[in-house]
Amino acid sequence: MEQKTLITSTNFNVFLAQKRLMASKCRKCGALFLPPRAICPTCWESELEWVELSGKGKLAAFTCISITPTWMAAAGYGRNNPYCSGIIQTTEGPKIACRIEGVDARDPESIKIGTLVEVDIRERTQGDKKIPYLAFKVA
Amino acid sequence: MAKQGKLGRGVAIVGAGMSKFGAFNDKISRDLFVEAFQDMKASVDKGFDPNDIQCLYVSAFSPELFEMQAHLAPIMANAVGLVHKPATRIEGACASGALAMRQGMMAIASGLCDMVLIGGVEKMSNLATEQVQDTLAAAGDTAYEAPTGFTFPGLYAALATAHMARYGTKVEDFMRIAIKNHNNGALNPKGQFNQSIRQIMDARKKKCAEKGQYCIDYKVEMDFLNDAAANPVVAWPLRLFDCSPITDGAACLLLVAEEIARDFTDKPIHIIGSGQASDYPQHEREDMTTIKAVRLAAQEAYEMAGVKPADIQVTEVHDCFTSAEILAMEDLGYFKPGTAVRAVEEGVTARDGAKPINTSGGLKSKGHPVGATGLAQTMEIFKQLRGEAGGRQLPGKNLRLGLTHSVGATGATSAIHIYERR
Repeated sequence: MEQKTLITSTNFNVFLAQKRLMASKCRKCGALFLPPRAICPTCWESELEWVELSGKGKLAAFTCISITPTWMAAAGYGRNNPYCSGIIQTTEGPKIACRIEGVDARDPESIKIGTLVEVDIRERTQGDKKIPYLAFKVA
Repeated sequence: MAKQGKLGRGVAIVGAGMSKFGAFNDKISRDLFVEAFQDMKASVDKGFDPNDIQCLYVSAFSPELFEMQAHLAPIMANAVGLVHKPATRIEGACASGALAMRQGMMAIASGLCDMVLIGGVEKMSNLATEQVQDTLAAAGDTAYEAPTGFTFPGLYAALATAHMARYGTKVEDFMRIAIKNHNNGALNPKGQFNQSIRQIMDARKKKCAEKGQYCIDYKVEMDFLNDAAANPVVAWPLRLFDCSPITDGAACLLLVAEEIARDFTDKPIHIIGSGQASDYPQHEREDMTTIKAVRLAAQEAYEMAGVKPADIQVTEVHDCFTSAEILAMEDLGYFKPGTAVRAVEEGVTARDGAKPINTSGGLKSKGHPVGATGLAQTMEIFKQLRGEAGGRQLPGKNLRLGLTHSVGATGATSAIHIYERR
């Protein structure tokens, strides 16, 4: 079934709603892509397949955000309630942006690059819709 | 695939102007653009006939979201009396201005045009700060970065943490950039702040005294910048004074073919190097302590110009955040990775240092109207190389070579230009 699912960001989010972190893999050279790519830029092969990642990785970069976008402000975040966003290097190699959970965003100096993390896909409510988002938590 | 890497014919800048940068309730894009055009027109020593302008490249990042105005180029052309001339909008986030100039340069180098107007503009102050965050975040990757809560300062903050982790860079290293750029900006009457951090501290103290309120007596700028009340966190480790402001403004350049440049001025500034490159969105990059697009664009520009990083005498870099200036200095090859902060601390990049950077005040102090920024950078180099930078003119040097460094988003786009006074 997964082989027939087009490699698009929409489908990445469909998998995310199923709590699955999915990458794409080139059938020719084996290269792995997260976010998923539909074309392999190494060998220009367009036969790529979905593969599920282990969900393990380490923190590569982060920030604790106090001045937020409108939709995060609406969710109660701001100057007095910052949140942490970061970039994870997965155990399999590729990096991706995500929310970081299980850390104290009010004390950013306590957060260390290299910390081991594991995937923790969550969802937020927007109107009557549930929108999944990628998060990792301290392992 | 061989690339010649040379211009078909030389291109020179003969005029440069800008509007006042700031927040202006009473001005929309076209008003700012007209102000910059008039300033540019007045700067052309021997004058020129605007009817001779053959086309326009207009740089703007997001007038759609900032002002609900798309299709900006013909509106700007009309505003300055050039209604029927071909006018093309160029967008490359914060590098838009540099890309527009590169397009104009190519139009002339190709032989298609002899005289081209480059104009950049952004009117940002209509929106609330959170809406500005939404709009700027659109320059990142909205499929994978924005949904995780990343703001634009947040993306640069994440780059900063990677640099801190690898090289031991400190928040005080970022603060020193803000102090330097505000010192320069205090000498730039067209800039948004036009005040040193010391002057900002003193003004606050005076205001408190007038109101009869208690005010902390900061001894040095660093005490003020380290105070979370005076300098609150925006996206840790970046605080308010690490971030360029929300700015309204415009800038214009007049480009002509080299062989006719002296019809307009005895001091044309030649564009001798130009490079442009793209990169992944930030989260996909192998190394977050450097911006590869900058390195590639710089290499192309240095090769075209036939000069080395050490030859450059005056530089404007894209300090949208103080931490970005550190990456810029290292990616341009001025200092080895991890060592630029020491150069800043030793005053090497100050106005009276050996490698002055952002004599205009940079984006930090001069302001950052996104679409105009790249052109305002070029204008500063134009003025410095011609000895016309007023109170901030670099002292006692025979200035010949300058460079501008432009970055779109966190480096998905970069354009580097090198300029020469002959």
